[in-house]
Amino acid sequence: MPQVMTADDLRRAIRRIAHEILERHQGAERVILVGIHSRGVPLAEQLAEAIDELEGVKLPVGELDIGMYRDDLGKRPNTRLSRTLIPVDLTGEQVVLVDDVLYTGRTVRAALDALLSLGRPARVELAVIVDRGHRQLPIRPDYVGKNLPTSHDDRVFVRLPEVDGEAGVWMLTPGEEQR
Amino acid sequence: MTKHLLTTVGMERAELEGLLDSANEFSAVLQRAIPKVPALQGLTVATLFFEASTRTRLSFERAAKALSADVMSFAPSTSSLSKGESLKDTALTLKAMGADIMVVRHGATGAPWRVAEWTDCPVVNGGDGAHQHPTQALLDSLTIRNHFGKLDGLRIGIVGDIRHSRVARSDLYAFAALGAEVTLIAPPTLLPLDVTGWPVKVSTDLDEVLPELDVVYLLRVQIERGGSTVFPSLPEYVTGYGLTLERFSRLHPDAVVMHPGPMNRGVEIAPEIADHPRSLVLDQVTAGVAVRMAVLFQLGTGLVKS
Repeated sequence: MPQVMTADDLRRAIRRIAHEILERHQGAERVILVGIHSRGVPLAEQLAEAIDELEGVKLPVGELDIGMYRDDLGKRPNTRLSRTLIPVDLTGEQVVLVDDVLYTGRTVRAALDALLSLGRPARVELAVIVDRGHRQLPIRPDYVGKNLPTSHDDRVFVRLPEVDGEAGVWMLTPGEEQR
Repeated sequence: MTKHLLTTVGMERAELEGLLDSANEFSAVLQRAIPKVPALQGLTVATLFFEASTRTRLSFERAAKALSADVMSFAPSTSSLSKGESLKDTALTLKAMGADIMVVRHGATGAPWRVAEWTDCPVVNGGDGAHQHPTQALLDSLTIRNHFGKLDGLRIGIVGDIRHSRVARSDLYAFAALGAEVTLIAPPTLLPLDVTGWPVKVSTDLDEVLPELDVVYLLRVQIERGGSTVFPSLPEYVTGYGLTLERFSRLHPDAVVMHPGPMNRGVEIAPEIADHPRSLVLDQVTAGVAVRMAVLFQLGTGLVKS
C-alpha cells in the first residue's frame, strides 16, 4: 500500500498546524482542542504538545464521540460509544475540532451537533491531517495537513502510534495489492 | 438476526461491560441542560406492561424519549385486555401501528420470548413472572461499578424472597459474570427448591454472612403475594432477615445497601438505613434511565431510517 505521508511528514504537518492556530488566534487565549474519536483524540493531544513547545501554553484537550449524532445509524447496527469529555465550559471558547481525515463532511456535521449540545462556543474551527475531497455537505477545514486527491473508491488510513503502533498516512487504491 | 434483551443468563462479561460503558455516556447526556440526543429519531418504542409498574415503565419511557424515539404505552387497565384480547393480538396490533421495539412486562414466565417470536421486533424483557428482569441487573451492576470501580472480588449478599424474585435471578448472573461473589440469603421457605448450576453460594443465616459483605442487596417482601404462607409473621421475618440498625452497625464500614424498590420501610429495611448515605437506592433509579438508554440504543441503531 503506497505511503503518502511518513512519520516525519506527519510530525511536521502537526507542527505547522500548531503554528497556524497560534497565528490565527494571536496566541492561544481561550482555545480548546477537541478531538473526534478515535484518531482525532491523540491528534488533538499531539497538537497541544506542539503548541506547548512553541508557546509554552498547555491548551485544554477534549474528546468527542459522535455515535449518538450520526445520520447513518441504521447502517451501523453495532455502534459502540466512546467517552465524551470536555474539560472546560465551552461557552465563549474558541474550539478547534480535530480529526484525521476529512471526506464527505458527515462526521464533522455530527461532531458539530454533538459539540453544540454541550455548550455555545464563540467559534468552531476544523483541523484535519488529510483532506481527501468529495464533500457532500458545505463544510470546509481551517487547517489541513495535506490535500490528497482521491477517487471515491480509494481508502485513506492515518495511523498513529497511540492507536496503531506506527505513524504515517497510507492510501489504498482498489485493485492494488494490500501490503 | 433480530437482537433482543431477554435474560442475563449466558451474558458475557464483555457484553455487560459494553452496555455499562455506554450507559455511563448516557448518564452524562442526562446531566446536560438539554438531556436529549437525536440517536433514535423516527423509531417508536412500545411499552407493554401487563403487570402493575410505575418506575420501570416510566424509566423506559424516559430513556426512549431522551433518545428522541416516540413512545406508545400499553397498560392493561385502560386497554382491550379487559375485553379479553390476547397477548399475541396486543403485540401484533402494536407492531401494526408502527412499534419498532417492544418492552414487555408480564406475569407469565417466557411471555417476552413469545412476543419476540410473534412480532420479529427487538424485545426487551421488562420482567416476566419470577424469571428475569435483565435491565434491573444492568442498572444494579452499573450502580455497584460506579461506587466501587469494579465488581471483581466484591461479596454481594442478596437477601429475602429469592424464590419469587426475578431481580435475584437476573442480578446473580450479571454480578457473577462481572466477577463478584454472590451469596443468596433467605429462610429455607424463600429459597428456590434447586439452585444447581447457579453461580452462587446459599445461606440461611444473615448474621453469619453479614460482616463479610460489601453489598447488601435487599429484596422486597412481597406482602401482597401472600407472605404469610411462606413465613410466620412480618416481625419474625424482620428478626431473622430485616436490615435493622443493629445489623447495619455490624456491616463493614465501606459496605453499601441496595434495594430494587418499592421499599417496605420497617420490614426488609429500617427507615433510617433507606435514607443513609450508604444506601444506593436513588443511585439505582438514576442508573436505570441511563442503562435503558444503552439497551434501546443497542437494539435500535440498526433500525434507524436515514
